[in-house]
Order: sequence, then C-alpha cells, then structure tokens
Amino acid sequence: MSKPMLKVENLSVHYGYINALSDVSIEVNEGEIITLIGGNGAGKTTTLMSVSNLVEKSGGRVLFREEDITNKAPDKIVKLGISHVPEGRKIFPQLTVYENLIAGTFGKPKMGKQKIEALVEENYVLFPRLKERMKQTGGSLSGGEQQMLAIARGLMMDPALIMLDEPSLGLAPIIVEEIFTLIAKIRDIGKTVLLIEQNASMALSIADRGYVLEIGHVTLTGTGQELLVNPEVKRAYLGV
Amino acid sequence: MSKVQAFYHKHRTILLLAVFAALCVLPFVVTKALFVRYACNILLFATLAGSLNAINGYSGQMCLGQAGFFAIGAYVCAIFSTRFGVNFWLLLPISGVFAAMVGLLVALPTLKLQGIYLSIVTLGASEIIRIIAQTWEPVTGGALGIKNIPYPWLFGLDTFRPKYYYFIFLLIGVLFLLVTNRVLKSRVGRAWISIREDQIAAKSLGVQTSFYKSLNFMYGAFWAGVVGCAYAPFVNYIEASQFSTDTGFNVLAMIVIGGQGTLLGPILGSMIVTVLTESLRFLDNWRYVIYAVIIIMMMWLRPQGIAGASHSVLAGGKIKRKPVRREGARSHG
Ligand SMILES: Nc1ncnc2c1ncn2[C@@H]1O[C@H](COP(=O)(O)OP(=O)(O)O)[C@@H](O)[C@H]1O
Ligand SMILES: [Mg+2]
Repeated sequence: MSKPMLKVENLSVHYGYINALSDVSIEVNEGEIITLIGGNGAGKTTTLMSVSNLVEKSGGRVLFREEDITNKAPDKIVKLGISHVPEGRKIFPQLTVYENLIAGTFGKPKMGKQKIEALVEENYVLFPRLKERMKQTGGSLSGGEQQMLAIARGLMMDPALIMLDEPSLGLAPIIVEEIFTLIAKIRDIGKTVLLIEQNASMALSIADRGYVLEIGHVTLTGTGQELLVNPEVKRAYLGV
Repeated sequence: MSKVQAFYHKHRTILLLAVFAALCVLPFVVTKALFVRYACNILLFATLAGSLNAINGYSGQMCLGQAGFFAIGAYVCAIFSTRFGVNFWLLLPISGVFAAMVGLLVALPTLKLQGIYLSIVTLGASEIIRIIAQTWEPVTGGALGIKNIPYPWLFGLDTFRPKYYYFIFLLIGVLFLLVTNRVLKSRVGRAWISIREDQIAAKSLGVQTSFYKSLNFMYGAFWAGVVGCAYAPFVNYIEASQFSTDTGFNVLAMIVIGGQGTLLGPILGSMIVTVLTESLRFLDNWRYVIYAVIIIMMMWLRPQGIAGASHSVLAGGKIKRKPVRREGARSHG
C-alpha cells in the first residue's frame, strides 16, 4: 500500500500537569474515512488540535504527505490542504451563510474569485439547505444547519483532508443521520476524512478504519466493521 | 421595524446623500458659533470613536489607549507645522503613519495577550505617551505645550472660524467611513471579524491572527492620528493634559453607548456624549456621575449599544425569524 497521507507518530500533549495524550499514533490513507472514537475527555479534540498545531505538543511528530508539519504555523498547515472543522461548530453567528463560506477561503489568499464561486456552488449542491438560507445570519440557523455550514466552510479551503470534530454533537438523531450521509458523500467527491465522534455506532458504520481513544491512549484499532462487532467496543460505546 | 430597514436599503444612496447635503449646509443654518463648535466636536469625536471601534468593535481587541494615538497625531501636526512649516494636508497622512507605527510598537509585544491584559498595556502606553509629551520640553514644549498652531488652508476660507473648520472634520469623517466600509468588506476586514467572533475558529481557518491583529491596531491608530492632526490647529494650542486617559475613556464610552461593531454606533455615541456633557455643564463635575450611570444602564439594558448587533432596531430585524426556522428544521426530518 502507498504511504499514508497523514501520519501521527507517538504524539503526547500536556495541559499543565494534565496528561491529555500519550504516545498516540494514527495513520490516515488517501480517500479513507478514519474515525477516532472515545468518551468525553479521552483526548479526541486535543488530537485534532495538535495536527492543526493549535496546541503545543510535548512529544511526537505529525507528517502530512511525508512532510513534517509538527511545528508548522496553523495557517501554513491550512495551505498544505488540511481543513479543521472545530468542535462546537464555531460558525460566525453574525455573518451571513454566504459570508461564513467566504471566511473558509481566508487561509488561501491566492484563491481566485472564479474558484471561490465554483466552490460555493459545489457546496450548495452538497448542502441545498444552505443555498436557501444564503443571506440569513449563521446564528439564525438550526443546530444541524449550523453544523452543515461549519463543514461547508471547511470545504471552502478545498482541502485534501478534512478533519471533523464531533459533527453530531447535540443534534437530533434524524439530523445526525443526514450529517453522516453527507460525510460519506464528501469522501465520494475525493476528500479524505478524519472524523472524531462519541457516536460510535454511526461513525464506525461509515468509517474504513477506526481508532479507540481512552484517557489519552489508543487502545484499539481496526476496520469499522471489526470495531463494530468488537465486544469491548460494544460494551463501552455501543451500550449493548 | 424591518420596514425602516427595508426603506433604508432601498433608498440607501439617496438617503446618505441627503444626510451629507444636510451636514454641508448645517454651519450656515446654525449661526451660533458655539453650536457650530459643538458640531465640530461631534464630528471630531465621531471619527476618533470610529477609529477605536475599528479595533474594539471589529477585531474584538480591547484597546483603552486611543488617547495616546490621538496625541501622537496632534503633536506630529503641531511640531511639524510650527517648526518646519509643513503643510497641514501633507501632515494628515504623516500623522496617521506616525500613530500607526506607535500602534505597531504597542501591538507586537501584546499579541499573545488577550482581554484585560491587552487593555492594561494599551492604557499604559497611552499614559507613557502623555508623560513623554509632558516631559520632553525641547520638542513638545513640556507643560507649556505648543501654541499658535497654524490654521490649515481650505480654498482661502478663514479656517480659524469653526464654521469653516467644520468642513475639515466633515471631510475626514466621510473619508474615514468610505475607506473603513471598503476595508471591512475586504479580506482584511473579514479576517478581523472572524478573529472577533472566534479566535480559535479563525486560526483553524488559516487566518494569521497575529498579522491581522497588528494590522488592525495600526489601522485604528492611523485614523486616531489623522484626527489628532486635525484637532491640533482647531484648538490652536495643545498640551499634554488634553490627552489624558479621561479622553480615552470618553471615546470608549461613546462606542459603548453607540454600539461597537457598527459604523453608525460611534457617530451616535459621539452625538449623545457631546450633547450630554455640554447640556449638563451646569451640574459641573456631577455630570460625570450621570454619565457613569448612563454607561452602567447601557451595559445592563443594551450591552450591544444603541446601534449594536443584530438585536438592534437599526441593525437587525433578523432575530425574529430565528424560532420559526428552528422549528422548520426540526419538522423537516
Ligand atoms: N485547555 C485545556 N486546559 C486544560 N485541560 C484541558 C484543556 N483542554 C482539554 N483539557 C483536558 O484534556 C483532556 C482531553 O480533552 P479533549 O481533547 O477535549 O477530549 P475529548 O475531545 O475527547 O472530549 C481532558 O482531560 C480535558 O479535561
Ligand atoms: Mg472534544
């Protein structure tokens, strides 16, 4: 098999005395949906923040397409093609849907007007609801729509890899299903997806492979199907 | 109330031109010199508050030191015009650039600071500037200040009369609004707003937050410098105490009352504060108590200011739709 697109090697992160991650290693191959599941406080968000270099690492390396990005500035990482959709959506509530989408291109100053418009159109095809609400402020959208907006904004960077931090957080099951269908679509249009979730059953069912994170350690790994039927995963995360 | 908004949006250009025309004839209609002076003050402070709003209202950095940048502009104008006879119109941008440089000096070491820490540093910087102005006698005239700052040329009009000086402030104010409106709609302005809305989100979108925050500081300082430059000849005499932190807080009060993050807010704020302080003059220093009470009430009742945010009559009308959409989305599934 070819070299992985994203490689996280022996990553450790401390917040003061708190050991948030120890020795975490993850690989993401081109075209895959990889999921990272784990309970609250397991270190999932911290893992993504480390890839984007939004938190300081105390050890380990991050490689993207074999380039060492461990200490690269966040804006440079965006330019390389990694998009990070942060936890809690963090859309801009006072800006319109359209403006929020444009905000997604900040990290790519060289992107031309035509390219931007093409990306907006592409997003409207994926998320028709956003098109309808184009001129509404982000804050006036429902939770599910805000999540779609956050993902769409992330896609505006035209990334090779998109990292989603708990897109199902706080959403009704029916909306969650819609979101996961969209994530599969995003993979189908050629993006690689690193998906972080507490909703293990949904995440594992669309993922090619998964990692289970527990108090800062990777404890299990396997294909989505393997993990879905794994007794430990079942007991701890699927409530069966 | 969205009717007001719709009307405004529909006839925007005409309305704005009408306001501009009214402002142009104002000094000829209002003949009392004192009132024209107040009008000058309102315009001056509206732009100064606007420059602070460019920082506090659009990038969410909390600057308390606008008086310092204002002072830089005033002193650059006073020194260069009295000593070297440099033309006022040339000094306007020069003063702005000087203030922007000082803005950068303040911004660089404070990039990692946020909230109250940044505020304290800007406050300190403003005081340092004032103290330098007070002590550096050979250049700034020390406590005696600088007198006889020449009145600017304006098509041969007697600019020592507020009636004509008024147009200098009007010109600067309009220019500030036009430029700022453009900037805010550009990539730079949107980057500022994204930082204001959520710094982590902005970073994750690849916004170089340090760069844009410094740029923002420089932009606000630039205009404060320009206004300072216009202020010096207007009062004809400057000395350090005119640039105390009181001035800084006064300007801050204007944007708090008028509404941060809107172009209209600082203008309303300047009008309200100026009219209040002038009309309550008979109360002497007690008027500052009234003033403080108003600010506290504002924080309580309308923290976004009169023209602030989307809840406002003037800026909003969007909020109403919210619950309807929410339900729509839910039943959609
Ligand atoms: N900014 C922070 N300061 C201190 N501790 C933090 C901070 N962010 C997260 N933590 C701690 O780090 C651990 C991992 O958190 P996080 O990565 O947010 O987990 P998850 O996303 O899996 O819920 C938790 O114990 C959490 O309390
Ligand atoms: Mg998390």
